[in-house]
Amino acid sequence: MLSSVQNPRTLLLHCRRSKPLHHHYHHRHYAKPIHATPLSHPISASLPTSQIQTIQKSILSREKTTRQFAEEFLNRLRLTEPHVKSFLHVSETVLDEADEIDRKIDRNEDVGPLAGVLVAVKDNICTADMPSTAGSKILENYRPPFDATAVKKLKESGAIIVGKTNLDEFGMGSTTEGSAYQVTANPWNLECVPGGSSGGSAAAVSARQCVVSLGSDTGGSVRQPASFCGVVGLKPTYGRVSRYGLVAYASSLDVIGCFGSSVADAGILLQSICGHDKLDATSSKREVNDFTSQFISKDYFESQPLKGLRVGVISETLGDGVDQEVVSSIRGAVSHLEELGCTVTEVSLPSFSLGLPAYYVLASSESSSNLSRYDGVRYGNQMVSDELSSLYGGSRANGFGPEVKRRILMGTYALSAGYYDAYYKRAQQVRTLVQKSFKAALDSHDILISPAAPSAAYKIGEKKNDPLAMYAGDIMTVNVNLAGLPALVLPCGFVKESSSSLPVGFQMIGAAFDEEKLLRVGHIFEQTLQGYSFIPPLIADEFKS
Amino acid sequence: MALTLFRGIQTRPLLPYSYAFSARKHVIFCSMQSTQAETSMRTKQQAPSNFTETARAKAVEKVLKDYEAIIGIETHVQLATTTKAFCSCAYSYGSQPNSCVCPVCMGLPGALPVLNSKVIKCAVMLGLALNCELSLSSKFDRKQYFYPDLPKGYQISQFDVPIATNGFIDVDLPLEFGGGHRRFGITRVHMEEDAGKLLHTGSGSYSQVDLNRAGVPLIEIVSEPDMRTGIEAAEYAAELQRVVRYLGVSNGNMQEGSLRCDVNVSIRPIGQLEFGTKVEIKNLNSFSAMSRAIDFEIARQAELYNQGQADEIVQETRLWEEGGQKTVTMRKKEGLADYRYFPEPDLPEVVLTEEYVNGIRDSLPELPEMKRRRYEEMGLTMQDVLFLANDVNVAEFFDATIAKVPDIKLAANWIMGDIAAYMKNEKLSINEIKLSPQELSELIASIKSGTISGKIGKEILLELMEKGGTVKGLIEEKDLVQIVDPVEIEKIIDKVIANNPKQLEQYRGGKTKLQGFFAGQVMKESKGKANPGLVNKILIEKLNAKS
Repeated sequence: MLSSVQNPRTLLLHCRRSKPLHHHYHHRHYAKPIHATPLSHPISASLPTSQIQTIQKSILSREKTTRQFAEEFLNRLRLTEPHVKSFLHVSETVLDEADEIDRKIDRNEDVGPLAGVLVAVKDNICTADMPSTAGSKILENYRPPFDATAVKKLKESGAIIVGKTNLDEFGMGSTTEGSAYQVTANPWNLECVPGGSSGGSAAAVSARQCVVSLGSDTGGSVRQPASFCGVVGLKPTYGRVSRYGLVAYASSLDVIGCFGSSVADAGILLQSICGHDKLDATSSKREVNDFTSQFISKDYFESQPLKGLRVGVISETLGDGVDQEVVSSIRGAVSHLEELGCTVTEVSLPSFSLGLPAYYVLASSESSSNLSRYDGVRYGNQMVSDELSSLYGGSRANGFGPEVKRRILMGTYALSAGYYDAYYKRAQQVRTLVQKSFKAALDSHDILISPAAPSAAYKIGEKKNDPLAMYAGDIMTVNVNLAGLPALVLPCGFVKESSSSLPVGFQMIGAAFDEEKLLRVGHIFEQTLQGYSFIPPLIADEFKS
Repeated sequence: MALTLFRGIQTRPLLPYSYAFSARKHVIFCSMQSTQAETSMRTKQQAPSNFTETARAKAVEKVLKDYEAIIGIETHVQLATTTKAFCSCAYSYGSQPNSCVCPVCMGLPGALPVLNSKVIKCAVMLGLALNCELSLSSKFDRKQYFYPDLPKGYQISQFDVPIATNGFIDVDLPLEFGGGHRRFGITRVHMEEDAGKLLHTGSGSYSQVDLNRAGVPLIEIVSEPDMRTGIEAAEYAAELQRVVRYLGVSNGNMQEGSLRCDVNVSIRPIGQLEFGTKVEIKNLNSFSAMSRAIDFEIARQAELYNQGQADEIVQETRLWEEGGQKTVTMRKKEGLADYRYFPEPDLPEVVLTEEYVNGIRDSLPELPEMKRRRYEEMGLTMQDVLFLANDVNVAEFFDATIAKVPDIKLAANWIMGDIAAYMKNEKLSINEIKLSPQELSELIASIKSGTISGKIGKEILLELMEKGGTVKGLIEEKDLVQIVDPVEIEKIIDKVIANNPKQLEQYRGGKTKLQGFFAGQVMKESKGKANPGLVNKILIEKLNAKS
């Protein structure tokens, strides 16, 4: 029935056509528990620890003040930001808020589970006290009159919002080059992209400019930049986190996600923002378990802590078009999981390659509708005109960037009379197929494994003028959004780039609303992965001690 | 926040009919000034000369010998829910511009709709009242177009799976138009949200957007093309108004735009199977305007047919001009507008359980058609039935009155007579007069039992309507109890006869007409309280008695 949708190969071929980065170079970097530090990293390998727990312990025991932590992060931000450019706006009240928390601690008042934690927020998530531009010129200087539910919950947990991070305009892109304001660099190699669209949030955590950050994931916008920047990225189940206040790109796919430098941090962050919200009819009423109970200390691990866990490696994700070094890293991660006691088998998701075209039809269709509200009438940049049609035309022509326009055009086309059945409806049918095949695979496996992206980070500008090549890079992640499932990306290895190394992450996909399992497996994986440090060279000196 | 709304914009419609600027603008102008505009229109409407009325009726009658008119109606009913359809803003007609708005109904980035469950309840009530099949699982869709009164750039509506379909409505035509019972089909009933309003400045140099109405819940009801005359169409709409008022889901007020009808009219020569080209008529602010506009349109189209110019009837939207009593072209359709409907991803499916539907079905009030049939069975004439059942408040008043004293005829007569006249004079509704149904039944009972006379009943009624109070209280206070004791009456009569010997002599001399004079004197003497029957009976005996 779906034979004519798209040849499974073609999309991956785009990837090949676009100058593969590491063609001539197949140096293997397996993630092995016993292995030594990778070549390019002079830092002694240390296991990631939960910064949130460290901060909480320190400030509550009055070992350090919140202000000291805040100053430490702000200093690093000041030093690294000119190179990385991950922020569109930095809050001016961070130290005041830190002082306020310190005063509360002095008075023995409750300060919340995220007290003193500096959280960066992707600029497509509304904040009442800071601009929220979604990376678009059409929302230049726009200040929402309300906080997104996720932000509200963060504040209620005692977090300090450090600023708003850069992104591809409205979340449409995979490099963060699509921002109307600035290009963010990858802290591992400033000539490379941080991934996208949540590139600013990923880079900010990677460069330790903040403790954790919020991103949004419509087709991989949290997971792919997490992989590119060597941080943990968590895409929750659709409906797990309220979308209220998230500037909509594709409503049926959008979800707010978490970045951290450890699995525990990502999990604790999710814990504080998830749950039903009466302002979002698509948010789930399901009970939320305590994720943090998963994060037991390494000292208590059994010899095979993941014994009996059934892991399926999605065979379609390790074939042609995927960088060999990425494949090696994933295989390394898989053998590490085996050593931890997992039973690993290959699993085929026949509809996998159909996901990408279906995703681009559905996401573009919804975005063409969601972006109709930017008409220059009520807010945002307006082109003054004598005529309504040129007011609309001018404001939108001037306010939207090329990638956004491209998707609005694609989406408008796909929804037009006479094309709806061939595109939108067909894509929805594919979506159902994708959901079914994931369901089947997850009935026989606890988690599924794939790369987070077909390659490591590439050079800034490399795919800027080749949208199809950029779209093809989303092949590993879009299916998960179509199925609405949770997924966790964690760094597991490196690929060697001429003078430096770039991190690679692998993706674990779980059953709907089972973030708990992903976090447990991820935490054990991370705590037992020795010989790797995912602190970028840019700030490595500071962490050397 | 509200200030940002007042950006100067020049209104030119963008899509889908970009050239018909002035016409479109005119329509919006009318709707936004609705209160004033409609009041003046109504004044004009009240006095269309009998000549034109008759002439019009005759012209249509003549046309309908050769042609059949096909009329379908799309009605928008604004629901009287406390809050809007998808946010918690309260809305009330005539509020300060942009005072009933929030991030959701203003379409701010990141805001999401959450369905008000009352909207579903109203839709299910209406669906059941219109004898529809309910979709136990329906969904919302986005209808997309650009206009400054549409903050999100799309309207949340229902497209291919409406909440109710395939129903009908029963109507009794007014007797002055020949009477008769009709059943008109209902194609579909669906839920959607209203748009805001544009306010145009006098100079026309800029326009302002008022988003108070944006997001207010609407139910759209689409009829089958079952109506054949303007009267049938107007009665269909009037019956819908009665239904929504009986159900209490809307105030059904046409002037405020709570009930809006767009009418599609085509004609075809009698005997022809295929339909003619249909024309849509907008700006119908009253049932009578609807009826007249349709008749005008039928006559206009027939004229074109008769002159062999049927091809000049084109698919277009025409505007009813109250001043000129005619329809004029507003915009011509160049193919179908593409609204790019697709399922609203922000809202889950609307799933109704049998239990929920049954609960609503069981709690439905008696509907106009049921009421009319019941009144008819009670023995009331169709004239009375229509008078009593047409207004839900009058019907309720009537029902409450006869609940205590089941004299249907008397209750109907009082309501349709003295009470109706008073309401008309004072321009009050039945809920605004001070008389309660309980007191009316008390009044009827007092007259029936002979406690007071009918004449005194009328006087008391006036006082009850004006000032309120109870029948018993008034009777006591004013000492109005009827004198029914023959001895008492005899005493008064004796006194009157004794005081008027001259008249008695004339009476006995054959001038028997003077009986009336004596009766009057007796009533006067008794301050109107003497029972007239007894007075006459005893008076005749006394007058004719041999002295």
